[in-house]
Amino acid sequence: MRQFHDRLAAGEVLVADGAMGTMLMERGLKAGNPPESFNMERPDALEEVAREYLDAGADIIQTNTFGASRLKLAQYSLGDMVDQINNIAVLAVRRVVERHAYISGSCGPTGQFLKPYGDVEPAQMLDVFREQIGALVSAGVDLICIETMSDLREATCAVKAAKEFSSIPVMATMTFDHTPKGFYTIMGVTIEEAVKGLEAAGADIVGSNCGNGIENMVLIAREFRKLTELPVLIQSNAGIPELIGDTAVYPETPDFMAEKVEDLLRAGVNIIGGCCGTTPEHIRAIRKVVDAYKHS
Amino acid sequence: MLQNPASNLHQLINVERSEMDILRQIALVLQRGDSSGINELLQQALDNKLGPREILDDGLIAGMNVVGDRYKKHEIFLPEVLLAAKAMHVGMDKLKPLFLKDEVPSRGRVVIGTVQGDIHDIGKNLVAIMLSGAGFEVIDLGKDVPPKKFIETAVEQNAKVIGMSALLTTTMPVMKKVIGELKEKGLSGRIKTVIGGAPVSEEFADHIGADGYGYDSVQAVDCIKRLISAS
Repeated sequence: MRQFHDRLAAGEVLVADGAMGTMLMERGLKAGNPPESFNMERPDALEEVAREYLDAGADIIQTNTFGASRLKLAQYSLGDMVDQINNIAVLAVRRVVERHAYISGSCGPTGQFLKPYGDVEPAQMLDVFREQIGALVSAGVDLICIETMSDLREATCAVKAAKEFSSIPVMATMTFDHTPKGFYTIMGVTIEEAVKGLEAAGADIVGSNCGNGIENMVLIAREFRKLTELPVLIQSNAGIPELIGDTAVYPETPDFMAEKVEDLLRAGVNIIGGCCGTTPEHIRAIRKVVDAYKHS
Repeated sequence: MLQNPASNLHQLINVERSEMDILRQIALVLQRGDSSGINELLQQALDNKLGPREILDDGLIAGMNVVGDRYKKHEIFLPEVLLAAKAMHVGMDKLKPLFLKDEVPSRGRVVIGTVQGDIHDIGKNLVAIMLSGAGFEVIDLGKDVPPKKFIETAVEQNAKVIGMSALLTTTMPVMKKVIGELKEKGLSGRIKTVIGGAPVSEEFADHIGADGYGYDSVQAVDCIKRLISAS
């Protein structure tokens, strides 16, 4: 498998995978349990999910470690399981993808706020990410993906921690809301501030995930492209849930998202995947558009 | 001995002006989220013989209202709101002992939690911070809260509002269940319901018969204020 950076540098657009939690629930993750608890119980389910996304055409498969930092796991009395939880997640994906896709170690927010808004010291935040990312790296991930961040200081702690493991490419995404005044994270970070801060911390790839649907993501992607030379990663959710009968359903179908993927490609996005509400079908549809664009 | 009425009036105006100034200063310092500043100013206000109710309503809560308004206009964001809420707590801690027992400075009790099957609590925690910052008594049941627990706690604690949060489309129906059980027990109306969370919408709130919907923590607090003053 060619080097990740070389492929991006050569202009290739890579496809990342889609949502994880819903896939695990379909396989028996009990509502109310943290997805990471499934790593010990059902590593076979992790393999199945990785297999589905690989078969759908993803070049990048994420690990089930979004909340696998000590601060987050401590809420479920799993704070001492950081190594094990991250390790199992990486090995499960590796068994499936071997060297046919990149394994991206997912690293989400801790759920705690840094001082003065919350109680966490920056040095502690750095240590928390160092521990989780260290576990992901020693288990053999190919990339690190710091995602769904809203606080730039927390995000940069994570990026800096990841850059200590020098050879692994580090992707970092933040989640923006569309306000009448433009795009902001809930902590008030603009796209420009995000780009500057993440770049300065050493991120190799920057971008956005989750959010309010793919049409907003096209706008976000264009702003990112204007502001950075780095590769841009976009992982959109499938819109804002709508009511169908009694149940809320993510409205954006694979076809709908695929249609907008062309706009993302035109905006110069380098890696495209999915977030909440996306499925292997969405990724398959995205793959098709990416391949067609390549040959057009 | 007769006092000079003019000088009396003069004094009165001065007192009023300094009272106004100090309450306004409290509101401003609260907006800045300056906890130690709040402490000092409250002491000054109390030394000036201002009552705790006045300080709370016209100083702290007035300041918090401005914070909420500015947040809604996207002039400030969560960090500023969190700092203001912290300063509010400092102020409340100082004022609370000064209230008589029967006039505890509470705008009412609110039971909140993330619904059963859901463990996403960042948004819910923010609402709890904002609510107690706005002067409500918050009973936070945490996450993965069964319908029964919401209702029993609200009844036992004589809460006026149940606030429910969900991040998963799969757990949103639990909100409907709580509202249905309240109705069955003849409690709807007496206990109001407010819902929120990333996948939740006004439309969904209407559909399941919730009394209110909060797009974010500030709007959730606004909504609860409205519901309680209407009840």
